[in-house]
Amino acid sequence: MSTETHELGGHIVPYKDLVLVVTALVILTGITVFVSTLDFGYAALNIFIAMAIASVKACLVSLWFMHLKFEDVITWIFIIFSLVLLCLLIGFSLSDEFLRITPKVNF
Amino acid sequence: MAATSVEHLHSDGHFVTPQDKYSSMKLGMWLFIATEILLFGGLFAVYAIYRAKFPEMFFNGRDELSLLLGTTNTVILIVSSFSIAMGVTAIQRGKKNLLTFLIIVTLLCGALFGVNKYFEYTAKFHHGIFPSTDIFFALYFMMTSLHMLHVIVGMAILFIIMIFNMKGKYSPSNYTAPEVGALYWHLVDVIWIYLFGLLYLVA
Amino acid sequence: MADGTMVEAVRPTYLDRKGFLSWALTLDHKRLGIMYLVTIMVFFLFAGIMGMLVRLELLTPGKTVMGPDTYNQIFTIHGAVMIFIVIVPGISATFGNFLIPLMIGARDVIFPRLNLFSYWIYVGGALIALVSLLHPIDTGWTFYTPYSIRTGTSVIPITFGVFVMGFSSILTGLNFIVTIHKLRAPGMNWHRMPLFIWAAYSTAVIQVLATPVIAITLLLLIAERVFGIGFFDPAKGGDPILFQHFFWFYSHPVVYIMILPAFGVISEIIPVFSRKPIFGYKAIAYSSIAIALIGFLVWGHHLFVSGMAGWVAKVFSFLTFLVAIPTAIKVWNWLATMYRGSIDLKTPMLYALGFLFLFTIAGLTGLFLGTLAINVHLHDTYFVVAHFHYTMMGGTIMMLFAAMHFWFPKMIGKMYGEAVAKIAFALIFIGFNLTFIPQFIMGMEGMPRRYYDYLPQYHYQHVLSSIGALVLGVGILVMLINLIYCIFKGEKAPSNPFGSKSWEWQTTSPPPTENFEEIPQVTDWTYGYGKKN
Ligand SMILES: [Cu+2]
Repeated sequence: MSTETHELGGHIVPYKDLVLVVTALVILTGITVFVSTLDFGYAALNIFIAMAIASVKACLVSLWFMHLKFEDVITWIFIIFSLVLLCLLIGFSLSDEFLRITPKVNF
Repeated sequence: MAATSVEHLHSDGHFVTPQDKYSSMKLGMWLFIATEILLFGGLFAVYAIYRAKFPEMFFNGRDELSLLLGTTNTVILIVSSFSIAMGVTAIQRGKKNLLTFLIIVTLLCGALFGVNKYFEYTAKFHHGIFPSTDIFFALYFMMTSLHMLHVIVGMAILFIIMIFNMKGKYSPSNYTAPEVGALYWHLVDVIWIYLFGLLYLVA
Repeated sequence: MADGTMVEAVRPTYLDRKGFLSWALTLDHKRLGIMYLVTIMVFFLFAGIMGMLVRLELLTPGKTVMGPDTYNQIFTIHGAVMIFIVIVPGISATFGNFLIPLMIGARDVIFPRLNLFSYWIYVGGALIALVSLLHPIDTGWTFYTPYSIRTGTSVIPITFGVFVMGFSSILTGLNFIVTIHKLRAPGMNWHRMPLFIWAAYSTAVIQVLATPVIAITLLLLIAERVFGIGFFDPAKGGDPILFQHFFWFYSHPVVYIMILPAFGVISEIIPVFSRKPIFGYKAIAYSSIAIALIGFLVWGHHLFVSGMAGWVAKVFSFLTFLVAIPTAIKVWNWLATMYRGSIDLKTPMLYALGFLFLFTIAGLTGLFLGTLAINVHLHDTYFVVAHFHYTMMGGTIMMLFAAMHFWFPKMIGKMYGEAVAKIAFALIFIGFNLTFIPQFIMGMEGMPRRYYDYLPQYHYQHVLSSIGALVLGVGILVMLINLIYCIFKGEKAPSNPFGSKSWEWQTTSPPPTENFEEIPQVTDWTYGYGKKN
């Protein structure tokens, strides 16, 4: 990939790379739509594939369209930390939701 | 953002070099993106919990949504994202008019997205589906309307940038605003990629 | 030392320009700091009066001056205004704004317009929240569902106001983080930064990453009321405890938004008045970051009696204990800094010592509450009320007062009246303990919080508590009157009356608009007191 830099310190991602990325994004969209129509017998598998493809797409957009690939460490730290926090929020509230002790009272 | 420029009351005028301003604005926008991740993250958590709790409701809800419209909107946003990314490269290489053209393409995509959304919403209302119908549609309306709000804000930002660009404000030595504005627009795209997956595909 | 070397201000000071618009539209971080401080003190007095009304009502069992519904509204206003309008921006927005650029040797924050914008949306949010006073809410400051969905009182204005103020908090934090990254003076590397900056940085991280969660939570609450959706409403398949998870995901870290800047302030004050370098600089600095990070992982300790799953509760309890470690490291280092120092008991130092005493109690009682078994006994009692008043009032507000005295000469260019300030401190300290120590005891004995009425057996402690509140209120008034008097009649302050080595004291008092005539060249940390230099 390009290492062309600039007087402001920004990176220039060449048109060619952007075209490659957008092609990949459209193909991935097609794949994920197609896969969603398949029935594997497990809904969980569908969720997993759809989220995995969405994450690949999100990575493509952020790394090249958003130039995250060329950003400072501190930007990475904040983005990754926010994702970790998100996982914690989902993880803890979800596990509490299903493992909670429900009182056995007849109303 | 409110601080697109740092010329300042202070006697010595500029107190930040263009390089510092550029990297600061970018870091600021990335921090804002981090907050957006957690803002939508709250909705994702709600989604995860109720999807696990009421799978039937989510299946039925998904079947009410138009996969065709959803996919179309996804492709539209991807193209818009691509177009503004090209725009940033264009201004970095001094192609001012190309940037204007690409922003227009992006704005048109955004508008098209909004029109589709409008048809989707009215169709839902027509079928008697409202946020209060059930938790799936509550999520659907909350997520998509909050996202639509971001689309509108993003379009406003890009529109202002386009005006400034037509006045010749941006050049290979000053493309801070287009790049930061584009960052925000890509965020809108990334969020939609997940919303599309959650609402139209796997529910 | 620069003591007494009166540097005549050649350049105009930041206070010189007069007129409402020169303040309302200012981009100067120092003016914005002052504006935040004034706004916050106004709301502090208002919410303080509400607190006094609560104590007045509780003077006797049964009805004293108001009915139960009014009582519910009064304590809700007290709590909500104190938390969301006063203490969250309490030190970070006021002294954070005033000090960060000065301390790191910059001319201003990196985004001055965004800073002004933050101030005005803060004011806007506060005013929106005040609209709810037309029909004050009675949910308690936590807005717990499902009651907050059903109550007829004006939940929407206050939650929307908090939502708007949340943006102010996010943007301020964002501004500070970028400022600290990008605008440090040449030579000011991370390990030469004053500890207040480390604290402000950690605070800003929490502001940026925790606040969006409360924003979306309150948005959902508003949507529940407006559109009748049911995420938190058990009648519609929702889960009210989910609201508690989301609420505390923000509202526990927000405790560190409140207290971390206080840690920063005390780290600045103690070395100056002990004439010793700060002990354990790196330990204090990194423990701020550690608190900010671990603080995100403990929110579940507010839900221990909600039927939370066993292992989740245990993890949260463990993590809560973990957060005590960096906090204790700090306390230990402050004490070690004072050890064999030549201690000068000026008012800021008195507040710092008071803080050490009160905050230690706050922290230790926090550990009791974080213990699963004890929590069951103490949950929702006055023990909790006393505990968090020791952290918020004994911690944050005490250090806010300390900062108001310590940096008074720098902000205003006048000296505060030392004798009266000490009397005020004594009143505040005694009144505060008298108010809340009986509440610890009542809580242990089972007095539930937020109750309008109580059994006669608690009467004695409630009376003590109410007397304490009165003393506390008088102390705060004396302090404020003293400071306001000194704004006009105080004697002129030298640029560095306390002999601090921090950069904000190396410029004139009050500072010129551009802070420094020339950006300082930093060659050392700012704690080189005593023999070393
Ligand atoms: Cu807590």
